[in-house]
Amino acid sequence: MSQVRVLVGTRKGAFILTSDGTRERWEVSGPHFGGWELYHVKGSPADPNRLYASQSSGWFGQLIQRSNDGGKTWEPVGNKFVYSGVPGTHQWYDGTPRPWEFTRIWHLEPSPSDPDTVYAGAQDAALFRSTDGGQTWQELPGLRTHASAPSWQPGAGGLCLHTILIDPRDARRMFIAISAAGVFRTDDGGTSWRPINRGLHSEGIPDPDAEVGHCVHRIAMHRSRPDVLFMQKHWDVMRSDDAGDTWRDVGAGLPSDFGFPIDVHAHEPETIYVVPIKSDTEHYPPDGRLRVYRSRRGGQEWEALTNGLPQRDCYVNVLRDAMAVDSLDPCGVYFGTTGGQVYVSPSAGDRWLPIVRDLPSVVSVEVQTLP
Amino acid sequence: MIIRVVLPAHLRTLARVVGEVTLDVDGPPTLGSVLDALEAAYPMLRGTIRDHVTRRRRAFVRFFACEQDLSHEPPDTPLPGAVSDGTEPFLIVGAMAGG
Repeated sequence: MSQVRVLVGTRKGAFILTSDGTRERWEVSGPHFGGWELYHVKGSPADPNRLYASQSSGWFGQLIQRSNDGGKTWEPVGNKFVYSGVPGTHQWYDGTPRPWEFTRIWHLEPSPSDPDTVYAGAQDAALFRSTDGGQTWQELPGLRTHASAPSWQPGAGGLCLHTILIDPRDARRMFIAISAAGVFRTDDGGTSWRPINRGLHSEGIPDPDAEVGHCVHRIAMHRSRPDVLFMQKHWDVMRSDDAGDTWRDVGAGLPSDFGFPIDVHAHEPETIYVVPIKSDTEHYPPDGRLRVYRSRRGGQEWEALTNGLPQRDCYVNVLRDAMAVDSLDPCGVYFGTTGGQVYVSPSAGDRWLPIVRDLPSVVSVEVQTLP
Repeated sequence: MIIRVVLPAHLRTLARVVGEVTLDVDGPPTLGSVLDALEAAYPMLRGTIRDHVTRRRRAFVRFFACEQDLSHEPPDTPLPGAVSDGTEPFLIVGAMAGG
């Protein structure tokens, strides 16, 4: 019988939650790396026992941990992230130029085909790659040296590269998102990049329709249709049907179109999920009711999913990397909150169950579906 | 010369050691030579105490010995005699900051 393994990154360690395909009873392992911030833990699609974890601390900096046995044991691998050449500058909050400075890895994206190849999204924004299982890291500098980079400004969480999507048809095409620069695409394996933000509209920047400068919170795709992208922006839920060349707003009908995560059903490429948050200054659900919204038409028409979720006095947030889906049938949907709950819906959102209620604040959730 | 080093708890876990670390350092020990020996013996600590490239102390790490704060001293600073002869340990401390 199939199993699922949920990889949870929190402010104080990583946790691994496992269940059989019913997704009703769970075993909890952790904390792994207790006391450290785990921004992201993700498994290799090519070898599910190969996991990578981004472990960091304000005291001791960045570490990358690797497991070859599905998270039972871990070993620290390379943590030397050095910008290529002489780093230039981006804009600081006060508008002054500020040299690129490495802080942490927000997101790890293992290659679909090679367990030893993994991409890492950094703050300050840059894309790194390892081809030796995380032992050494090299920057793909074409992104950070893009002509627009000196104008990039950090979002409230820092100038972070937080999303990496690899086109399943052609690994030379990748999409990345940076807060607060926007989405960029490469078609040549990371050598050159171009911003793909046409159609985005952001009132918080001087030119609301600018080519770069948008605070994109998350993008998602279904592997069967990699030209269709969905986006949760600072405000607005957006959709592109042409690999990001143009975007349109599909958030009408939501109680708020502010939020962080967005994800796509494993078997229905037009079924998407978001978690509306009241506003950019009030990072909690509208009316104290934790609701996932599902659209079965790729946006525009939304239904609230509330069965099993708290519908009063709930003021948690769900961060950008804290939602995931499994590939069982029916599709399982998972998310973690800043209040330490991890919820699962074994029924594509119709009914929710808490797997755990009292973890540290959840930063990221990933799911592996195992044979 | 055998130098005793006390690591903060998180770095003991990372280095998989319990209690003090002892390092064999050639010549009169300095701040820099002890940290070099530590990182050579425990490569997983590279980047956690000093920056990989600049070799500067990370902001929230402190170096103490014999009730002195050596955090702001240059790498060629000799360690006190009581550390050199093994009477006292060299302390690497996570600064009291945050919660």
